[in-house]
Amino acid sequence: MGHRTPLYDAHLAAGGKMVDFGGWDMPIHYGSQLDEHHQVRREAGMFDVSHMTVVDVSGAGARDYLRHLLANDVDRLSVGRALYSGMLNANGGVVDDLIVYRRANDYRLVVNCSTREKDLAWMNNQAAGFDVRITEQLTLAMIAIQGPKALDMARSLLPAADTLMTLKPFHFVESGSWLLARTGYTGEDGAEIILPGNKAATFWQDLRAAGIKPCGLGARDTLRLEAGMNLYGNDMDETISPLEANMGWTLVFNDRDFVGRAALEAQQAAGHAELVGLVMEEKGVLRAHQKVFTSKGEGEITSGTFSPTLGLSIALARVPAGSQGEAEVEIRNKRLPVKIVRPPFVRHGKQVYKLS
Amino acid sequence: MSNIPAELRYAKSHEWVRLEHDGTAYVGISEHAQDAMGDLVYVELPEVGQTVAVADETGVVESVKAASDIYAPVSGEIIAVNEALNDTPELVNQDCYGDGWLYQIKLADKADLDGLLSAEDYAAQLEEDA
Repeated sequence: MGHRTPLYDAHLAAGGKMVDFGGWDMPIHYGSQLDEHHQVRREAGMFDVSHMTVVDVSGAGARDYLRHLLANDVDRLSVGRALYSGMLNANGGVVDDLIVYRRANDYRLVVNCSTREKDLAWMNNQAAGFDVRITEQLTLAMIAIQGPKALDMARSLLPAADTLMTLKPFHFVESGSWLLARTGYTGEDGAEIILPGNKAATFWQDLRAAGIKPCGLGARDTLRLEAGMNLYGNDMDETISPLEANMGWTLVFNDRDFVGRAALEAQQAAGHAELVGLVMEEKGVLRAHQKVFTSKGEGEITSGTFSPTLGLSIALARVPAGSQGEAEVEIRNKRLPVKIVRPPFVRHGKQVYKLS
Repeated sequence: MSNIPAELRYAKSHEWVRLEHDGTAYVGISEHAQDAMGDLVYVELPEVGQTVAVADETGVVESVKAASDIYAPVSGEIIAVNEALNDTPELVNQDCYGDGWLYQIKLADKADLDGLLSAEDYAAQLEEDA
């Protein structure tokens, strides 16, 4: 038996098909992954993401520590704002990707569940010499409500709803021990809500009663891939730098040093592979680890799926620098034509990719 | 418990076979298989006229999450394929023993059926695999 979130019984009651996900018993879908995907693109859906790891960093040295630890710069944050960052090793490889929320008295980090132990070890290891306390929060739950109508439908149930509605992406509001952020992993409007675990089951039932449908990790994956968002372990890991994972926009090279900076600068000078999008109009489905052949050489798909919104197959692939235009993918010993595009593929329910 | 019609024969690789009176047979995938795959988005079928032997690859079913080969449960000649699946692969999810059939085959040797599992034996295999 794996770990269970406070919503485990609610998933069973909703007909969730439970699978092992990084040691957690989580719903892959509640009947149809495709229906759940469309539900989020067209109206509203919700995801239990309580398996994610929440870590608070406090103390007089918290700011300096995080400026050292993370490749994005927490000095860009005022209280009530969040940012996405990689946490790198000395070689510039991605130990994990995460979101940092700047709160009034500390910083809150949400990291992946599958990397929990090594993240905590790395964070503690890097804390030497800094006056910080690193505290994992074990009693919280996290629910993502996503979709064009999600906030409207949930409004009467949300603390600080009026403020939340006015916030821009990557801003958040707190109310008691609830943290409500305008973030997500689907490319749709919505919020991610961190709340006390003992309040989660009631809140979930109230959201269901308001018409927001439970969605599983299957739909979460197709939605994030359409949105061009990376999945740790697929699209990057400790051997891959942010430059090779379409995360260059998260790097801040300023007056500070951060773990991995020197390696990234060397890689920038020497050149590096790139993460691009692929679209295939042929029948079939692009999958992770299929080989890609571009005019610049060989690469590999890191995440691939059928895109329910577009009705064709899409992928992220790591390919040699400068690859663009037409390419081929090897599927079951056949080479099929694909087009290289710049992700994302879908935003706010609409196709947005352009041929690169 | 998965739906396993008693009148069909099953391959260990989760295909079913329904023998018709004219010596042909329909082939599809079991309820258990379609449920494990999840929503199908693409079905690749064999060519009509193609001759296949037991365990030959005769197509692929792809769901959002995975691709799975379809193996011929019996030897013979493919005489029809379910063209409707080209546009509506979800028929396999909705009605795997009916409208979601994959292809029709003219058996080379009815004795091939003896190598397949009865509904009872297939159910026992699923128990064991679980």
